[in-house]
Amino acid sequence: MATTSTIHTGPALKLPEKHYLNTGYGIRSWLLTTDHKRIALLYLLSVTFFFFIGGFFAMMIRLSLLTPDGRLLSPDTYNRMFTMHGVSMIFFFLIPSIPAILGNFFIPLMIGAKDLAFPKINLLSWYIYIVGGAFTLYSMMAGGLDTGWTFYTPLSTVYSNSAVAPAVVGIFITGFSSILTGLNFLVTIHTMRAPGMTWFRLPLFVWAHYATSVVMILGTPVVAITLGLAAMERVFGLGFFNPAMGGDPILFQHLFWFYSHPAVYIMILPAMGVISEIIPTFARKKLFGYHFVAAASLAIAVIGFLVWAHHMFLTGQSTYAALAFSFLTFLVAIPSAVKVFNWTATLFGGSISFDTPMLYAFGFLGLFLVGGLTGLFLGCLGVDMHVHDTYFVVAHFHYIMVGGAVMGYLGGLHFWWPKITGRMYPEWLARIAALVLFVGFNLTFFPQFVLGYLGMPRRYHVYPPEFQVYNVMSTAGASILALGYLLPMIYLTWAAFYGRVAGNNPWPATGLEWTTPSPPPTENFEVTPVVTWEAYDFHNRPELGLDVPSQPVGAHEHD
Amino acid sequence: MHRTGELYGQFETLEQQKDSATLGMWIFLVTEVLFFGGLFLTYTVNRHLYFTAFGVGGNMLDLKLGATNTVVLIASSFTMAMSVWSAQTDRKKLLPLFLILTFLLGGVFLGIKYVEYKQKFDHHLVPGHSFDLTYRINHPAPGDSPKELAAERQEIEDALKTEAAGTPQEQLTALNAHAQLFFSLYFGMTGLHALHMIIGAGLLIWVIRESFKGRFTASYNTPIEIVGLYWHFVDIVWIYLFALLYLINRHSV
Amino acid sequence: MTEHVVSPKIYVVILLALLLGTYLTVTAALHDFGLWNIVIALAIATTKATLVVLFFMHAKYSPKRTQLVVACAVFWLALLLFMTMSDYFTRVDYRGIRYPVSQNVFIHQPHRS
Repeated sequence: MATTSTIHTGPALKLPEKHYLNTGYGIRSWLLTTDHKRIALLYLLSVTFFFFIGGFFAMMIRLSLLTPDGRLLSPDTYNRMFTMHGVSMIFFFLIPSIPAILGNFFIPLMIGAKDLAFPKINLLSWYIYIVGGAFTLYSMMAGGLDTGWTFYTPLSTVYSNSAVAPAVVGIFITGFSSILTGLNFLVTIHTMRAPGMTWFRLPLFVWAHYATSVVMILGTPVVAITLGLAAMERVFGLGFFNPAMGGDPILFQHLFWFYSHPAVYIMILPAMGVISEIIPTFARKKLFGYHFVAAASLAIAVIGFLVWAHHMFLTGQSTYAALAFSFLTFLVAIPSAVKVFNWTATLFGGSISFDTPMLYAFGFLGLFLVGGLTGLFLGCLGVDMHVHDTYFVVAHFHYIMVGGAVMGYLGGLHFWWPKITGRMYPEWLARIAALVLFVGFNLTFFPQFVLGYLGMPRRYHVYPPEFQVYNVMSTAGASILALGYLLPMIYLTWAAFYGRVAGNNPWPATGLEWTTPSPPPTENFEVTPVVTWEAYDFHNRPELGLDVPSQPVGAHEHD
Repeated sequence: MHRTGELYGQFETLEQQKDSATLGMWIFLVTEVLFFGGLFLTYTVNRHLYFTAFGVGGNMLDLKLGATNTVVLIASSFTMAMSVWSAQTDRKKLLPLFLILTFLLGGVFLGIKYVEYKQKFDHHLVPGHSFDLTYRINHPAPGDSPKELAAERQEIEDALKTEAAGTPQEQLTALNAHAQLFFSLYFGMTGLHALHMIIGAGLLIWVIRESFKGRFTASYNTPIEIVGLYWHFVDIVWIYLFALLYLINRHSV
Repeated sequence: MTEHVVSPKIYVVILLALLLGTYLTVTAALHDFGLWNIVIALAIATTKATLVVLFFMHAKYSPKRTQLVVACAVFWLALLLFMTMSDYFTRVDYRGIRYPVSQNVFIHQPHRS
């Protein structure tokens, strides 16, 4: 077991002369770029901005919950805090993060293409995101939103006194950014693979984004029309979701969750794709069960559309429908479990090193496991009766979203930072930050499982005094977690300018993206590559400089 | 501005470029199916709950104008398909002709839609404060046929009996509310459809201009094909809208 | 790649079929077939839509990938409609009686934005 870093030492490396960051300076070359790598960085900046906004609201929530009487904020203001936390984090951070940043940057590189299929539409996607974000920011500044990120009617359409319409318009607009990104990825993966890059040689990161794009295409339009209807109802007084006018609030929930459940798979599938890249690299072993993991990604995307009403078990919907949705919810856990087993099997017998990306991957494995298992508890009708709308649910989805998706995001950022910037981040500081994050995360959210089980409802600004201990633990954890986020932001930014030059393939890893210079040139590949090797094949890549015995191609055919 | 027919930088071959454009448009149409799908679901649920009110509302739509519009759009799909054929067979004179015919037929559709909308506005059937299902029978216009008005009055009276509320006044209020749901969906769905037609008309103007410049040939006609795909999709949406909005309960009148 | 050029003859046949379908659906709607009216109307509409997709949109002559995309769109729409309606069609209260949403009296709501 190696504990030293896998980073190659040797004579100092130099950055390539011309790469995508220095072909063209000035604001116009960035704001009018069609280079997928620059667009990825534009997204990095804007997504990080919204992460801070969401983080600010999280801080307000946790500070308010330090005391059982919630006297820091008025009840109305507290409602606005958790609503805006959810809206900014879900629509403006989690959904775009990995696809729009890492996916945009690396999908063309991984398949051997010069760019995505539609580079101008890629830029348009970013501008649409910015416009949508502007509307939502306006809503925040106009007093915010107090309906919960789920916009349940008739509160959002009739009774709320907050700035619902601009926020809904903002999310509607941002949905098109998601749709166009998904469209771009699907067409690119279908039509622009380099010669020899067959479907089953694709990195699993690409498979994950393919599955994610399918979900984006099929789900996002439904939430768009739903929010459109809600906005129409609010502005023109229509009655679809208003019982007083013959409408049905449950219809809104069906329409809303038809997208919003698959949306959580938009958030987790790309992170799973990142983990599928990190684990083979740092176990220096081919991923176990490639075909199963690829199929599981698609299965998650498809089955994920069949389970939405598990968010509605307590609404008075048909019990028979609830039974069916509960059963389907158990089914959707299976492909996720298949993936966890395959990642674990990859570790077995591998030559493991504990570089920062791998630390995030380990964090992901444990925390996603907890989050996923607790999802099964929630999918069980009897249990959900008691824990629905409690902190149990909050803890469940934060384990998946933060413990899963954000760990995947940060792991991916670290893994690919040398390729994106040409420079390496400070390894030991990064490992410490990862540990701080892990500790902070668990201290924040594990007590919330206990709280939820004991009955503390979510979205309440007050709680019984006996729950204070857990809330204080949670807030303390949140401040540690915040430090865990701040550290990478600082040192990654520093490293981008002053880090040690990394070279083409510091880890080394087997993907096509690592065969280009770091940072890559604008056109990615001077000569279109011809692929003759399987994914994660450490044995038949002598150019990686590993002392791994070569094996005949096809030796591990039947994983 | 790029010249059409040229290979874009990110592609290796023209075939890859065309393949990508076509697949891209098909995937976009999938998103449109789901987009309208949300409205179709809302329609289905509300019709299931308020079948009678929806029947009354549906009978207030002008069947002749609706059927005419259906024929107009089908014809425009035909002319659109013919324009793709003209481009594929290098018939440079026929291509703009068929495109212009498609555009004009689309214009006819929108014109008839305007007439219909105006009719609804005059009959107080636009959802809002002044929505009143009984406006037309209580304020007949000179051109209205007495037989038609009597049939409508009878239909409204039958529908009132099926409303669960108490006094006749409350029953009328409930019927108005449920019929208003129908008309909200009518305007919402046909309005969204009309918006898509206007976008399609804009696309047609662009393609007509380019076709006059002789840009489209047998080897390069991708824009015509993908505008065609979009236009046919808009036609398909109308085929379903016509069936679901105009043909609900016609046999009872 | 040579494109498949569809002959105008086929387009004319499809056009006539679509016009016939329109005539049939309007005629059928004016007769009372009870619950079958909606089935007939949707069946004719689906046939018309299928003809447009297959011939006007060239799906019949397109690669399998395109046909898969079309099938997915139809399947997902069906999923949305059927699974949601499965809730509305099977609601049963504690007495075992099927219920819709109650038909409430209209109450005027003030406008907000």
